Amino acid sequence: MAVKANIDSGRWGDPYLDLSTYTADADLMELNMGPQHPSTHGVFRVVLWLDGETIVKAVPHPGYLHRGVEKLCEKLTYVQITPIVDKNDYVAPMLNEQAVNMAVEQLMGIEVPRRARWLRTLLAELQRVASHLLWLGTFGIDLGGALGGGTSLFMYCFRERELIMDLFEGLTGSRFHYNTHTVGGNRHDVPAGWAEQVKQVLTFIERHIDEYVAVLDHPIFEQRTMNVGVIDAELALGLGLTGPVLRASGVDHDLRRDAPYHAYDEIDFKVPIAHGGDCYARYEVRVAEMRESIRMARDLIDGLPEGPLVGARPIKTPVQVKIKSGQAYVALETPRGELGTYVIAGGDNRNASPYRFKIRPPSLHSVSALPWVLPGHQVSDVVAILGSLDPIMGEVDR
Amino acid sequence: MNPWLHGALYGVVLLAVLMTIVAWATWFERKFAGRMQSRMGPTIVGWAGLLQPISDAFKLLQKEDIVPARADKTLFNLAPPLTLFFALAVAAVVPFSPGLLASDMDVGVLYILALSGLTVFPIWTAGWASNNKYALLGGMRAVAQGISYEIPLLMAAAVPIVLAGTMSLGGIVEFQVQHGWLIWWPPGPGLFAFIIFLLAALAEGNRIPFDIPEAESELVSGPSTEYTGIKFGLFYLGEYVHTMISGAVMSALFFGGWDGPFAPGLHWMVFKTLFFFVVLLWMRWSLVRYRPDQLMAICWKYLVPASLVVLLWAAVTVVGGPA
Repeated sequence: MAVKANIDSGRWGDPYLDLSTYTADADLMELNMGPQHPSTHGVFRVVLWLDGETIVKAVPHPGYLHRGVEKLCEKLTYVQITPIVDKNDYVAPMLNEQAVNMAVEQLMGIEVPRRARWLRTLLAELQRVASHLLWLGTFGIDLGGALGGGTSLFMYCFRERELIMDLFEGLTGSRFHYNTHTVGGNRHDVPAGWAEQVKQVLTFIERHIDEYVAVLDHPIFEQRTMNVGVIDAELALGLGLTGPVLRASGVDHDLRRDAPYHAYDEIDFKVPIAHGGDCYARYEVRVAEMRESIRMARDLIDGLPEGPLVGARPIKTPVQVKIKSGQAYVALETPRGELGTYVIAGGDNRNASPYRFKIRPPSLHSVSALPWVLPGHQVSDVVAILGSLDPIMGEVDR
Repeated sequence: MNPWLHGALYGVVLLAVLMTIVAWATWFERKFAGRMQSRMGPTIVGWAGLLQPISDAFKLLQKEDIVPARADKTLFNLAPPLTLFFALAVAAVVPFSPGLLASDMDVGVLYILALSGLTVFPIWTAGWASNNKYALLGGMRAVAQGISYEIPLLMAAAVPIVLAGTMSLGGIVEFQVQHGWLIWWPPGPGLFAFIIFLLAALAEGNRIPFDIPEAESELVSGPSTEYTGIKFGLFYLGEYVHTMISGAVMSALFFGGWDGPFAPGLHWMVFKTLFFFVVLLWMRWSLVRYRPDQLMAICWKYLVPASLVVLLWAAVTVVGGPA
């Protein structure tokens, strides 16, 4: 109880609580969680100060997966950047590609054909389903351990995700790092029979999501997630959280609807929100989003317009994209929130590279909520909370 | 026959049989989990992966034996064999068929409870001696959990004692052969006592949803974090033996032990034991894990009061009820 009182006094103030003012019953234990730890979603490290098993203070240390992608992109031509950013958010690479190409298109003032815009929307929604499926599976592992019921859920979710990977493979020839978007359009057109396959996969996944919800509708799951890791709307907005985490805190904000891009202004969809702000609310939002995305994907594949996939003057070689000056910021709603890509043109290689390339990853902001959220919780809640925020370390550290 | 000779011979045979069953129980669990998760399980070593346990044992024996630099070496090395020892020692009083047991102690149930209480010590020793914070946390959890769940386990085990009027496991089974299984008759206390016993045994055996000391998603691997090779294997073996013996004890206490139609008693006992083993596996691969504080709350808020009530109920039944 002492922990709670101490922390409540400065809840949304400084999370780096001065431990000299904290009176513990015994010595505090300083526990390094990560970077080598089974459930830190890659190489994330968070230092915990524990009073018994209760967390008094938490300091996250991202950066173990830093590869200098932004700097690297300043040396590459615009066309070469696309396959590089695939590796940032490696659970939803489609949207990384789209962000970069949209930024370049905006700088060059290129109009993307309608068919390409619809196809991009379809790919984004399929990717959202795949990403949320992976999240659901890993969340199960976080709660149930690698040798328990959580793994069963993980296996089921991966089975479904695999189907979407197969769809992407059928379209682009590659399962993960697609490189299917180019400046001004898409590289790969829909192969014969693909639309039917998409619809079958969507039906299959939709039916199974109901099963997972039935499996998880269980007292143990609810006790582990309800009122755990509560982020209220004020904190969420203050930290710049976006995506499902923000919507789970009751803030109705979705870039697909509020700042439409691609074909989102042409199709009809709902934005699910929840009000709990806890892990369970985030779970609810993601599951609802999956269902909504499946519905959207069905509309998109049915209404995919005819026409060309690239503009009148297709980009064939890297040096064709040359931008003298200007800057562009493009924000996409990825499965994790607002993925911002900020490009200042006019760099090396005779204007074929950007001068500055900046990525605003949604996961970095999610992870930054940990110092506020973790204190007062138990060690077991760390993995539940971290899992519910769905951070992708490749994106956090870039 | 000389009782010492009998005990020694029986012990050797029982150990051999039990270890073999446990080894292939791991194979079965992996196949079972595989089928549950729409995958194949082991398929490479031997037909349908049947030689997998042997291959695992050889692999574990080959691994380098690492003792952490600042660990307490004696305790560190002592913990894994002790875990297995306490788990196996329980088997001495489990009656597999009439007369087929190492020692029909008058205080058999008490002996089982005492030994399963002792299993906390090697786990805590491992956690302490590893000089690792995760292991220490896991060890602390194990102690808290073990001591708490000892109480409902004891109360629930006292119900068959009260109903049958004997503390010997063989005697309890004999009573059930004559009067019907305790889970059904007298109606009520036996069934509830079994449910409490099952939950407490899950917690004692560190099985999901109560496997918080090991909690690999939080505490890496709990007390066994720093263990490598065959020492790690001994922990696992101990856990499996414990689970298996819990199943045997449950069938002896509540399900009539060797009692059953058509086949000799031994068949029934083995069948019932394996049945409970599968039930525990099934739970393990379906459920997620509780949090330590929730686990304690379940024990002290629900199981302990409930077990007291059931014990009282059983006493009332014996004094003036249908039995």
